Amino acid sequence: MSDTKKKGRYGVHGGQYIPETLMNAVLELEEAYNHYKQDPGFVQELETLFREYAGRPSGLYFAKKLTRELGGAKIYLKREDLNHTGSHKINNVLGQALLAKKMGKTRLIAETGAGQHGVATATAAALLDMECVVFMGEEDTMRQALNVYRMKLLGATVVPVTTGTATLKDAVSEAMREWTSRIDDTHYCLGSVMGPHPFPEIVRDFQSVISREIKAQMLEKEGRLPDAVIACVGGGSNAMGSFYQFIDDKQVRLIGCEAAGRGIDTFETAATIHTGRLGIFHGMKSYFCQDAYGQIAPVYSISAGLDYPGIGPEHAYLHDIGRAEYVAITDEEAVEAFEFLSRTEGIIPAIESAHAVACARKLAPELGKEKLLVVTISGRGDKDCAAIARYRGEDIYE
Amino acid sequence: MNRIASAFEKGKAFIPFFTCGDPDLETTAVLVREAVKNGADLIELGIPFSDPTAEGPVIQGANIRALAGGVTTDGIFELVRDLRTDVTVPMVFMTYANVVFSYGAETFISTCREIGIDGLILPDLPFEEKQEFEPLCRQYGVALISLIAPTSKQRIGRIAREAEGFLYLVSSLGVTGTRSEITTDLKAIVKVVRENTKLPCAIGFGITTPEQAKEMAAIADGVIVGSAIVRMVAEQGRDAAQAVGAYVRQMKEGMGYFSNDRKTGDR
Repeated sequence: MSDTKKKGRYGVHGGQYIPETLMNAVLELEEAYNHYKQDPGFVQELETLFREYAGRPSGLYFAKKLTRELGGAKIYLKREDLNHTGSHKINNVLGQALLAKKMGKTRLIAETGAGQHGVATATAAALLDMECVVFMGEEDTMRQALNVYRMKLLGATVVPVTTGTATLKDAVSEAMREWTSRIDDTHYCLGSVMGPHPFPEIVRDFQSVISREIKAQMLEKEGRLPDAVIACVGGGSNAMGSFYQFIDDKQVRLIGCEAAGRGIDTFETAATIHTGRLGIFHGMKSYFCQDAYGQIAPVYSISAGLDYPGIGPEHAYLHDIGRAEYVAITDEEAVEAFEFLSRTEGIIPAIESAHAVACARKLAPELGKEKLLVVTISGRGDKDCAAIARYRGEDIYE
Repeated sequence: MNRIASAFEKGKAFIPFFTCGDPDLETTAVLVREAVKNGADLIELGIPFSDPTAEGPVIQGANIRALAGGVTTDGIFELVRDLRTDVTVPMVFMTYANVVFSYGAETFISTCREIGIDGLILPDLPFEEKQEFEPLCRQYGVALISLIAPTSKQRIGRIAREAEGFLYLVSSLGVTGTRSEITTDLKAIVKVVRENTKLPCAIGFGITTPEQAKEMAAIADGVIVGSAIVRMVAEQGRDAAQAVGAYVRQMKEGMGYFSNDRKTGDR
């Protein structure tokens, strides 16, 4: 596939830029992963959890009304929002939690932005009888109060992070700091295709169930592959999961939707490919929003899940070689898409996923009716209703 | 690189850390000179980074204050040029990989050489990734200093054999910050280091009191103190010079430097 020769590298991107204290932990993780991914017992256990617990496979739904409204390509929605816990995050978390358990770890720590990964981790920890601590930017604990309560309900401890911009990047930094102080019994359940090797690979592999299913479902429904797959990108895990099995199918366009926030010509943006440049941060070489001296920029998006100044190294590589396209979607476009999909299909998407829907709204009318478009709805939008109401000037209490 | 070796020649080295630009570069210059006057053997200068993932709350705070005050890498280069007009002890930079990478690694490292910086400590650049900067560091004679952690185990030998300048032994798990006690079996780690290199080995992370300094100096060749000094600067700001000077002297005393059984050099 797209792996280049050197371990953990995607072209120039990737690597393991982490403190020495963590090196043996990631090496042990790599070794354990390489063992268990080929272990039939592990694979079967995970497949059973996916099927019986998470509710996989998730549907590939033909959005008839949306297709008619937009008047172009035939649109299918990959319904990751229907998974247990309400997003694609559960795919990765069940895999990592099971792996951590096999490694003898008894405690999971995680970062979370929108709270979806935190909720998924808290869920897996409850299921597998593990302790769970979730780091969440204080700013995000306020915009996603409902998810904070869900995590606590599931038995997790939520630590509000007040450093920096008090958002996702600071939650990642704090989770990394916690991991350096407690390694023996603790696994850092990283939520996206980012961080030091082997995380981008592990998360991609567990999330690639999305594209594996899309491929089979599309062949069954249409007898051929889609013309384009669209997904939103923060760190990029649902997009990587949606793209992965199509990378070698060159005729399939792969489109990642970044959060432009208030616009890529403003400082209030989180569109890494459009406004960032090559750097080294959070364990990886990739593109980052940063100033002239390499200080990481305080990014912004209405979506807590996309509010991150970097992008996973494999996405950076797919961008470099032109295999995937990355477009920037503003807050306003995402909110309009959030409302539009709710009305046309009766599906309230996560504000993150609404960025992908916004892209489809632009693209579908440009394509012929014979074209097939897949949009990954990475999560459900219940968590966002209060924030969107506020964005529209309506003050509701959760 | 010989300058770094010289810091360890007159007995156990005391290595204070300063976050450049906290609260401003003028204060940093005063503090460095005060530390040197009171016996500091090597100076570790932190270039602030927006997201210092290896730092505890004290040094994180210093980074934020310095950046909020507008300090830049270029400003810090000027500070070093000024210090080098009279400071002769070795000085090394501590910062994060992106600060070097983003500046342009060759420009950054060649400037280090030009202004008299002897080494570079990058906590997010482990052995596996040192190729990122090591060839340039070799080319310009700037020592890329390796860190060894309590979790390094089988990696210690390999890291020590390829080390430059001195080895930075991280005393404990976790991030920088003061600790009431250090429980790692540092003697065992130092033993493996000694079997693999002749370079000096300094211990950092969590050291605050003269008693701890004495204990660490008995095990290794030098003691690095960051958070305890940075906290004084946080509390006293531009007026911290006297306290920092007295503290450095106290730590040197703790390490036995001013006692009669050790040669005191020419200071």
